[in-house]
Formats: sequence, structure tokens, C-alpha cells
Amino acid sequence: MYDFPLIFRIPPPHPSRTPMPLTREQIESIAFLARLELSATELPVYQTSLSSILEFIGALDRADTAGVTPMAHPLPGLSQRLRPDVVTEQDHHAEYQRNAPQVAAGLYLVPRVIE
Amino acid sequence: MSELHHIPLTGLAAGLRARRFSSVELTEAFLGRIAASQGALNAFITVTREQALADARAADRALAAGTGGALTGVPIAHKDLFCTRGVRTTCGSRMLENFVSPYDATVVAKLKGAGAVMLGKTNMDEFAMGSSNETSYYGPVRNPWEPRLVPGGSSGGSAAAVAARLVPGATATDTGGSIRQPAALCGITGLKPSYGRVSRYGMVAFASSLDQGGTLTASAADAALMLREMAGFDPNDSTSVEREVPDYVATLDAPLAGLRIGLLKEFFDKGLDPTNEQRVRDALAVFASLGARLSEVSLPNLPLSVPVYYVVAPAECSSNLARFDGVRYGHRCENPRDLMDLYRRSRGEGFGAEVKRRIMTGTYVLSAGYYDAYYLKAQRVRQLISADFTRAFAEVDVLIGPTTPTPAFAIGAKTSDPITMYLNDIYTIGANLAGLPAVSIPCGFVGELPVGLQIVGSHFSEALLLNAAHAYQRATDWHTRIPGGWA
Repeated sequence: MYDFPLIFRIPPPHPSRTPMPLTREQIESIAFLARLELSATELPVYQTSLSSILEFIGALDRADTAGVTPMAHPLPGLSQRLRPDVVTEQDHHAEYQRNAPQVAAGLYLVPRVIE
Repeated sequence: MSELHHIPLTGLAAGLRARRFSSVELTEAFLGRIAASQGALNAFITVTREQALADARAADRALAAGTGGALTGVPIAHKDLFCTRGVRTTCGSRMLENFVSPYDATVVAKLKGAGAVMLGKTNMDEFAMGSSNETSYYGPVRNPWEPRLVPGGSSGGSAAAVAARLVPGATATDTGGSIRQPAALCGITGLKPSYGRVSRYGMVAFASSLDQGGTLTASAADAALMLREMAGFDPNDSTSVEREVPDYVATLDAPLAGLRIGLLKEFFDKGLDPTNEQRVRDALAVFASLGARLSEVSLPNLPLSVPVYYVVAPAECSSNLARFDGVRYGHRCENPRDLMDLYRRSRGEGFGAEVKRRIMTGTYVLSAGYYDAYYLKAQRVRQLISADFTRAFAEVDVLIGPTTPTPAFAIGAKTSDPITMYLNDIYTIGANLAGLPAVSIPCGFVGELPVGLQIVGSHFSEALLLNAAHAYQRATDWHTRIPGGWA
């Protein structure tokens, strides 16, 4: 559907790899995993747009990546720095809890979890 | 003396030190422009008038005592995803409508330390996800050149504010083009530094391997001054790089003779508006006249950068935005039945349509059975794109091409199809994937609308990019143009 050669010269996709559109059940399952409540009107919108996004990113199939190491850091040769294992944080809980929707006695309140 | 808002940021800093005007005068003048613009442009989410005037009075005292810093008394604005202690930080979202940060982002603290006076927080696409500033919960921003058009995004409020001279400079962030694309569409200078150059501490995270803070200003000289004060190692950001910050201002005037410029072949292809292309080619002739040597360079894997981005960025977004749970801060739904209902309705109500789309895309590509096919595959192609850039920088010093395929488009024109919107960033995403610095500068007009030229450099070559951009701006006057009605 998205004409890559119109933007850049990329070989067309292999017809057998065109993905199937996502089903309504798949969207409901993704939304559950993402902890998002979707309305009945939102579901079909995401069904269409997520399907077209998957088709779009399916273009990656066309790249030959045999033997290529996945990139793990945007700066070559660098990896995540570690800091000394010492306590640096101070107690700010009263200040932080000013942003909380519901607190009592220094605790965050949520609906009952254990019956 | 010309009107205060016509003076560039560097000129304002110098004028304050020379006591030609006071910070209170400047702050009043720009606050007045912001107030008068808000109905037409909607560039700000929060204006901090009282605090700004108090800070300006303090700056004037420091200037009188001769204890000012590089930016003492200069008004600026922050994109509303930089945390500001005591001032709400919404990230353009309903989720954070009432969030007041208990601390300052490092960028905010550094600019405050240099003496800058914050006037407010600028509008943006929700959680920086968008290319048109239409996904903001606080309404779209309008382009000062033509109010029916978008300013670009996600840093659309910062870009519109600088273009209309509501502030002389503003902070912004760039994950896939969110500084450079609005800079191009608004006719100003936008600098995205190398990954790790500017601290991400206190910058609300979208895609942590791509996000980078930077500047929106009228000129490269202004950007050099702002970046010098913003950049540097920060132990609070684990990806911040321990590397000295050069004096970007001191090297602005280095001659360009012998500079090797690579024309990005893949960017001058179908899809680029022919009039946009002509403006960029005109600019290349200017660089040639300044002594630069031009050659064509091909980055064969670059065309895959948009699909790579729309795997990597949503994956990181779905993970980062998992923290918004309706428990510790942020929006909470009314009367939750149980914990799951609290999570799902708080997030469903708090996030807008595009943010939800990206969270779900990311959730899908990271889910069991799809991780290898999408996420790992994308990180492999990202490696190929990065290697293309490394090869190119063995032959040339900088790469030049257009910033965007077209000038600004109409509000509403691209909202129905997400992919059409995503393709706006086709020329800008490559630099984010490879962690490279890049700058967009105005290089002419198509009709009444500005066109952006992009210069991409190797890692930590910000000084060279600013030097090249400044040389171009000394030879041209596109960066001094102010939209009609805002002059």
C-alpha cells in the first residue's frame, strides 16, 4: 500500500510476506497487555492503523542482516556506565507524594488487591 | 536602537551586560508578545509571569554587581517536557495535567545557573509523539508564517515562539526530528546535539536511545551560546558522555575553505518537492562559494530508517510510558473497580490517540514471538544505517540535504493516516538512529513558506556544524526573516 519507490528506491516487498490485518481480538489482547482501556469506537480505528503500521515496518524484511549484530547503544564502542554502589538518594517521599492521586499515612492508596 | 525582539539572543546577552537595557524591560517586552500571541498561535501551555519578573529583577541586580553569567537576564522558554521545580510539566498530555515536578531537569538547572530567565513552558505534541503539534491535549500550535498551517512537531510551541520572536531562544528535544523539522517549517535554526551531549535527566522519556535535548533559536550563533551552557556530563543521566564541552562560540568564525560536504544522494530523490530541492541546491552553491568541496555520497540503508524508527521508538515508548499507572502521579480514573480497572481506565483516559497507538505498536513488537522478527531485526538494520554514516564520514566532513520533503502543511491534512505523518521525518530520523548531531537552518522560501537545510556531522562535531551554519548565515539573511504580523 505504501509506495516506497515513490520516496526512495527500495525493492518491492515479497508478496508472500504481506502481513494479515490484525483481528479485533488481537487488538483487544494488545490493549490488555498495554493496560489500556479502549472504547468500542477506538477499537476499529486501531485495528486499521496498527495493521498498516505493521505492513509499513514489514519493509525491514527486505534488508539483508545476516551476521549483523543488533545495535545496543547509539554511540559506537560505548556501553552503559555504572556508578559506585553507594546510597545517594535522600528521603523526599512527602514531596513526591504531593503529586499522588490518593495517599494516606505516607502510603499510596489503590483499590483492594487481596480479598 | 531597533525593537528589542529584533535583537538576537547573543545580542541581548551582550546588551544586558553593557546595561543598554534591563532584564525586566526585556522580560516585560517578551511577556507582552507572548500574551498577545496566545490566541493566534497557542505556543505556550504555561506562562510563568510572576516568577519571570522576580528572576529578571534578580538578574538586573547581578548585572549591576558585575556577577552575571553568559545568559544573565536573557528570557527563554522550555519545552513542556523539561521538568521545572514548582511549575507544572504537562508533556502536552492530559496524563500530566496537574503534575508539578519536585526537581529541575539538568538542562533547566544549567540554564538557570547561566542566568537565563524562564518565561514559560511551550506547547508540544503529546509526549513528543507527532510531527505537527496536533496531538497536544492543549490544542494545536499554529505556524506564524500562515496560521492555517502546522508549525511542525513535536517541538512546535518552541519553534513557533522563536519564529514569532516571542522568545529569543527555547529548549526542545529531538527523537526523530522534533527539533529540526519544526525549525525548518518555521524558518529558524534547530540544533539536535549528539546522543549523550546534553543530559536527559528530568526530560520526560519517550524513546531513551534516541531522545536528545537541544535548541531552537534564530541563528547558529545563538544556538552555539545556548548549547555551550546546556551541554556537559551529568552523573544523573547514565548515557551522558564524559567529554569536555568545547567553546562553540569561539570557533564560529573558522573559515570553511576545504570543508568536504557530502550531498546525501538518497535525500535528493523522488518524494522531495522540486521547489524545496531548488532552495537546498541554491544553498549548496553558497557553500561552494565559501570554499567548500561538494561530492555526492550514498547511504544505501538510509531508506529503511523510518521503518526501523517505527519499531525502535514505539518499543521504547511502551516501556517508558508503563510508569504512568495512576498510582504515584498523573491522571487517575474515577471510582476504579479494582487495580486492573484503575490501570486501564487511567491510562485509556490520560493518553491521547497517537500515544496509545505507539504504546500498542511497541507492545506488539516486543511481545512473545515477535521480538526477533521486529525489534531485533530493526536493531540490526539500525546497525547497518549507522555503519553507512561511519563510511560516509571517512570521506566527507559533513552531510547536507533537505530537512523535510515539503514546506509546512495544513492543520488536519495528515491526521487521518499515521504513516503519511510519519514520513515527514524521513530525512531526520537517520541522525537519531546513529546518535549523530544535526542542525536545520533556513535556506529560502517557497512562496511565503520557509525551507530548511539540514547539516549532519559525525559524533560530537557540533562545533563544526555550528561553524558551517554560521558561515552560511553570514553570507545570507534568511535567518533574519520574521513572519509578517510578528515583525
